[in-house]
Amino acid sequence: MTSPGTTDAARAAVATARARPGTVAPASTPTARDDSASGARLATSARRHLLSVADLGRDGILEVLHLADSFAEVTERDIPKVPALRGRTVATLFFESSTRTRLSFETAAKRLSADTMTFTASTSSLSKGESLRDTVETIDAMGVDAMVVRHASAGAPHRVAGWVRASVVNAGDGQHEHPTQALLDCYTIREALARRRSGDAPDDFAGLRVAVVGDIRHSRVARSNVLALSALGAEVTLVAPATLLPPSLEGWPANVSNELDPVLAETDVVYLLRMQSERMQGTFVPSLREYAARFGLSRERAARLAPDALVMHPGPMNRGVEIDAEVLEGSSALVTRQVHNGVPVRMAVLFLLLGAAPGGLAAPEAPR
Amino acid sequence: MSVDDVRRALVRIAHEIIERNHGTEELVVVGLQTGGVPLAARLVELLREIDGTDVPFGSLDVAFYRDDIGLRPVRPEKATSMPCDLAGRVVVLVDDVLFTGRTVRAALDALRDLGRARAVQLAVMVDRGHRELPIRPDYVGKNLPTRRDEAVEVSEDGVLIGDLGPV
Repeated sequence: MTSPGTTDAARAAVATARARPGTVAPASTPTARDDSASGARLATSARRHLLSVADLGRDGILEVLHLADSFAEVTERDIPKVPALRGRTVATLFFESSTRTRLSFETAAKRLSADTMTFTASTSSLSKGESLRDTVETIDAMGVDAMVVRHASAGAPHRVAGWVRASVVNAGDGQHEHPTQALLDCYTIREALARRRSGDAPDDFAGLRVAVVGDIRHSRVARSNVLALSALGAEVTLVAPATLLPPSLEGWPANVSNELDPVLAETDVVYLLRMQSERMQGTFVPSLREYAARFGLSRERAARLAPDALVMHPGPMNRGVEIDAEVLEGSSALVTRQVHNGVPVRMAVLFLLLGAAPGGLAAPEAPR
Repeated sequence: MSVDDVRRALVRIAHEIIERNHGTEELVVVGLQTGGVPLAARLVELLREIDGTDVPFGSLDVAFYRDDIGLRPVRPEKATSMPCDLAGRVVVLVDDVLFTGRTVRAALDALRDLGRARAVQLAVMVDRGHRELPIRPDYVGKNLPTRRDEAVEVSEDGVLIGDLGPV
């Protein structure tokens, strides 16, 4: 490899002079370096936040997935911790309840050696009437580097990003988006495909048919996943009764079906969503039993899936409604794997946002 | 250095490794991403030819241990892969060019997280000087005096020095 000096002139010269071992590559040949260059754009972009899957685009998604491969190796070690973000502070601000997302982000931050702070709405001064803005500005003033924000209102993390100096990660905002869930789902699919094909993990999901089943209307997971999966080339079909579809599907790159049964046989991934009773104002289905009968993944329906079809659910699950307990225990179910992969994927997101040069030029080579 | 010079240096280093360690038992050869990995693979082959033993071979990416995270965009090249627990082993770290010593410093920290090796030795194809930390190699292909602003490159075509122009 090359051992450059430290000036910009030296960097430029190295960029054109270097060739990888085993190849005599002209400077314009795409290599892994080009990926890091695009990542640098993501990480050094003016906003430095992850608010929507749309912020990432296909290149940004792949950057996260590739980086997560390296962090997955770290999480398998006896000491699953690296000093990458030593001295940085990550605050989790959950204005809405959560088990796995908050713990997953905190685990990710700790495995990067960052310090963590936890904010929970119910025990805070919010209950004394402090506004969202005053709350986040107070936390920002303590000198945190990243805020992981969950809020019941769509757009809340965007507003927070406009008020604070810290990087903001959207950990779920109302019915809008949940970008890190979509990223860990794509990572999990990619990992399962690699295992099935016993080869490298694919960067292109072309030809992959994904059915997203259930309460699309209230689901931020569905929106983020449709964006991410279609960006990677997958063909997404939304399966739900008309009452559980969003009022408008304009801008959703997906097909729609009001029945699950005809879709089953021609699906590679079945992604089941939770019935979000807490967001439902009014009646959307006659009864949970009737919903389960038409849209639940029962053992009988699971038997009609292709033998290597994958079954996913973002959790928390209503067993017996969206999915039968027996299906969950089958080999095709990736639910535990999704939770497991959440940690390395969130490590990748935090590292990209906090490990970046502060607006600096990309210097692709490390001095030896 | 020509391709043949690099090959001869590797053969000599392989012999030196065997001599110093009285054989290859308990050795693990670990290449640093990316330049050290192909050299480490060739060293393992040579050790097999010379000593008739298969020495475990790993690759180490030190990106998450670097001391310049936040100063420039640091990215790993490839996930680290270790063939076995390092506890009690003698690790031979392999890199192409030894320069400031900061990569090796990061590698020593990374190794510590992967188990308590009995000893760590360092093999490099080129030692170009300009160390910024108290680190020295145990096996050297060639000592190559350079200016700080020159680029040194080890590839299948041998070792090349490029002038990068004025600092």
